[in-house]
Amino acid sequence: MKYVNEKDINEEIKWAQINTDILQSLQNPRKAYWVAVAVCVAMLACAVTAEVYQYQNGLGVADLNRPHMWGLYIATFIFWIGMSHSGTLLSAILHIIHADWRKPIYRFAEAMTTFSLMTAGFFPMIHLGRMWNLYWVIPYVTDRGIWPNFRSPLVWDAFAITTYLTSSALFLFIGMIPDLAICRDNVTGWRKKLYTVLSLGWQGTDRQWRHFRKTYMLMACFLIPLAVSVHSIVSSDFAMSIMPGWHVTSFPPYFVAGALYSGCAAIITLFILLRYFFRLEEYMTVALMEKTCKLTFAIAMVWTYLNLVEFGATWYGHDPVAKEVLISKFVGPFAPYFWAMMFFGSVLPFALAFEKLRRHMATMMVVSILLNVGMWLERWMIVGPTLSHAYAPEAWNFLWPSIVQWAIVFGSFGWFGLLFLIFVKVFPCVSMYEVKEMVFHRRREAHAEVAEKFHRRTDDMQQATGRPSVEGA
Amino acid sequence: MSLDNILTNWSRYRKGAEEGGFHEYEHQWGMVVDLNKCIGCNACSVACYAENNLPVVGEKRCGKNQAMNWLRIERYWDEPDIEPYKAIPTANVDVWIEGNPPAKKTDLKPSMPSSYLPGLLEQGGQSFEERVGFDGTKSEFQDFGASFLPMMCQQCHAATCEPVCPVAATYHTPDGLNAQVYNRCIGSRYCSNNCPYRLRYFNFWSYYEDAWPEPLHMQLNPDLSVRDKGVMEKCTFCVQRIRVAKDMAKMENRKVMDGEFATACVQTCPTGALVFGDMQNPESQVSKLWSYHQVERGKTKQSKQNKELRGYRILEGLNTDPSVLYLERVREV
Repeated sequence: MKYVNEKDINEEIKWAQINTDILQSLQNPRKAYWVAVAVCVAMLACAVTAEVYQYQNGLGVADLNRPHMWGLYIATFIFWIGMSHSGTLLSAILHIIHADWRKPIYRFAEAMTTFSLMTAGFFPMIHLGRMWNLYWVIPYVTDRGIWPNFRSPLVWDAFAITTYLTSSALFLFIGMIPDLAICRDNVTGWRKKLYTVLSLGWQGTDRQWRHFRKTYMLMACFLIPLAVSVHSIVSSDFAMSIMPGWHVTSFPPYFVAGALYSGCAAIITLFILLRYFFRLEEYMTVALMEKTCKLTFAIAMVWTYLNLVEFGATWYGHDPVAKEVLISKFVGPFAPYFWAMMFFGSVLPFALAFEKLRRHMATMMVVSILLNVGMWLERWMIVGPTLSHAYAPEAWNFLWPSIVQWAIVFGSFGWFGLLFLIFVKVFPCVSMYEVKEMVFHRRREAHAEVAEKFHRRTDDMQQATGRPSVEGA
Repeated sequence: MSLDNILTNWSRYRKGAEEGGFHEYEHQWGMVVDLNKCIGCNACSVACYAENNLPVVGEKRCGKNQAMNWLRIERYWDEPDIEPYKAIPTANVDVWIEGNPPAKKTDLKPSMPSSYLPGLLEQGGQSFEERVGFDGTKSEFQDFGASFLPMMCQQCHAATCEPVCPVAATYHTPDGLNAQVYNRCIGSRYCSNNCPYRLRYFNFWSYYEDAWPEPLHMQLNPDLSVRDKGVMEKCTFCVQRIRVAKDMAKMENRKVMDGEFATACVQTCPTGALVFGDMQNPESQVSKLWSYHQVERGKTKQSKQNKELRGYRILEGLNTDPSVLYLERVREV
C-alpha cells in the first residue's frame, strides 16, 4: 500500500534529457562489456566445437538412442521459441490495449524476441541427421516434382518460424525508425552512416508519423495471431503424434502460456541487467518492475493451471499408457527434474506476489533466472519422459544427455548473449520517442498547464479539431 | 521444368494427401508370426543382418541402444505374481540364460532376487538342472521363463510414421508396404518418435566404417545400399526380394506365386514360426491364416466369434492397422 501512488516514470523529465540518457548507452563500451562479449564468444565456441564434432561423426556423439531420438536439442528449441513470445506480448498486445507502461521496456524485449528466434532456428538444423539437406522442407519447384510433406508438423514449424522471425525483425526495425533518426542526428563517424541508411530519411513530419502509426498498428495486429499460432504449431510437433504424454489436446494453450511465462521471466532478468549497467533507473523504474512481475505472476498461474489440467485430464482419461508416463514423471528417473520444474514453475512465482521481494532487484534477478530454469526443465520434461516410457516396453530406458548436447545448449546462451550485447551497443535499447509520448501523456494528466506551456502545438490542434491529438510527441 | 509437369505432380500430390495413401493395392504383403513355434533362437535376426547389410555396431553402441536390429526378438520374463505361476517356484532370470548378459535393468518385471536361488536349487531334492532341463526337453521349461516376441516393422496401413515425415521420405507403396527412401531422408527422426512399436532405427554413426572390416565387406548384399550416418531405416519386408520376384513374374508373364520367395527371416526360421505372403491372394498361406484366425484389416478391435483363436495384432487399438498377425502362445498350466 505504501507505494500506491508511485509513478511509473518521472513525468517532469525533459525530452532532451531522455535523448542524452538513452544515447549514452551507445557510447564506447567499458571493460565489463568486453568481458561479457568474451564470455559469450567462449560459450559459443563450446557449441561450435561440439557441433563440428557432431557433424563429422553423426548424432551418436550426442548419445541419442532409439527411444530417445530427440533430446535436449528439441527441448531447448522449444525453450528459445517460447522465450521469443514475450517481446510480442509487450510490444504488440500491450500496444493495442494501450498499456503505456510497456513503453520504456518493450524495445529490448522485442530484440530478445528476434534473437531468441535466431537462436531457436539453429536447433532443428543441429538436430537433423543430414542437415545439409535441410532445404528439402521448403516447397521449392523442381522438375522432379517432389514436395515436402505438408501434413507434417515439422514443415509447419519451418513455415511458422521463418514467418515469425521475418515479421518480428521487421517489427523491431519499424518501431525503431524514429529513434534511429534521433541517433543519426546525434552521432558522428560510422554510426552516422549506419543510422542515416537505417532511419530511411525520417524527418518527423506529420505525414510520416501518420504512416508510421498505421504501419506499426498493422504489424502489431499481424504479429499477435502469428505469435500465438507459432507456439501452437510447435506444440503440434507433440500433440499431433500418438505418443502418450504428447497426444494432449491442451498442448497449444499450454505451450503459449509457457512461452509467455519464460519470456516474461527473461524480461525481468534483462530489465535488471540493463537498469544496472546502463544506469537507466529513471526509465526502468521499480514501478515498472512491479508491473512486469505482476504480469509474470498472472501468466505463471495460467501456466500452472494448464499444467494441472493436463495432469488431471491424463489421470482421469484412463488411458493406461498415458497414465503410466505421467506416473513415471512423478516417480521415475526424471522425477528430480520434474519436481524441480514444478517447484520453479509453480511455487517459486509466488515470490512475485510479495511486494517486498518484487522491489528487491537482486532477489528478482535470482528468481527470474530460476523461473527460466524451471521453464527449460518443463520443455525437457515434455520431450524426455514420453520417449523413455512409451508403448513399447522393449524400448524403455533413461537417457542422460551427453556432453555434446550440453555444450550446444550451453553455447546457445552465448550466441543469444552475443547478439544481445551487440544490439544494446548499436541500437537504443529504450524507445526514446515512446518514452517521450509516455511522459507527455502522464504530464498532461498530472498538470495540464505545464503541458500546455511545453506543447503548444498539440494543444492548438486540440482547439482546432475539438479533440486531443493522437499524434503523440 | 515445364509448367504442366509441375501442375500434374502437384495435383497428384494433393490427391494423395486427401485420400491418404493408396487404395488399390497390387499386393498386400503380410506376415504371420506363430509364437507357439518361436523358440527365440534369433536366427531370423541374424538372417536379417546378413540380408539387409545391417551393421554390427559393437558392444558399446549396442549398450547405448544404438543397434540396428531391424528384426529383434523381444524377451519377456514371466512375473512370479501372475496368478497361474504363483504356485510354481520361479528361478532367477540370470540362471536361465547362464553365460548370456542378464536382462536389462529396465526390463518389464522385477526378477527374483538372487538370494532366493540357493533354496530354489535344492527344492524337492532335485538339482536345478534336473528340474527344468536346460535343453528345454522338460515340460516345465515353457511354463515359466522367457516369452519371445519377434518384432519387425509392422508395415502398418495407417502408419503413424508416414504423415509426420517433413520430406515424405516414408510413404506407402502400391504393394502395401511402408517404404523408407534413404536418399530423401533428412534425419529429423520424427517417424521413429511416432512409431508406437519403436521399430525404426537411425544411423547415429557411419556404422559402415567399422562394421565390415576386410574381407567381411565381401559379404555385403549388392541388391541394396549400405546406409551412411543420418538416415532412418527399418525392416522393408526384404523389398529387394519382392522386386526380384515381381520382375521374374513379369518376365514370365504370370502372377507372383505364393511361396515363390520369402523374406530372409521367414526363409531362415527353423521352426517355421514365420509365414510371409500376399494377402491380396486369397489362396496364399498368409491369407488363409488371417481368415482362419478371424483377424481383419482396418479394424481397431477384432470381433472374433471363437475366443479360442489365437490371432492378434500388436497395439491395433491405436488404429495403425499393422500387416503382421501374431498367434498367441498357448501354455499348459
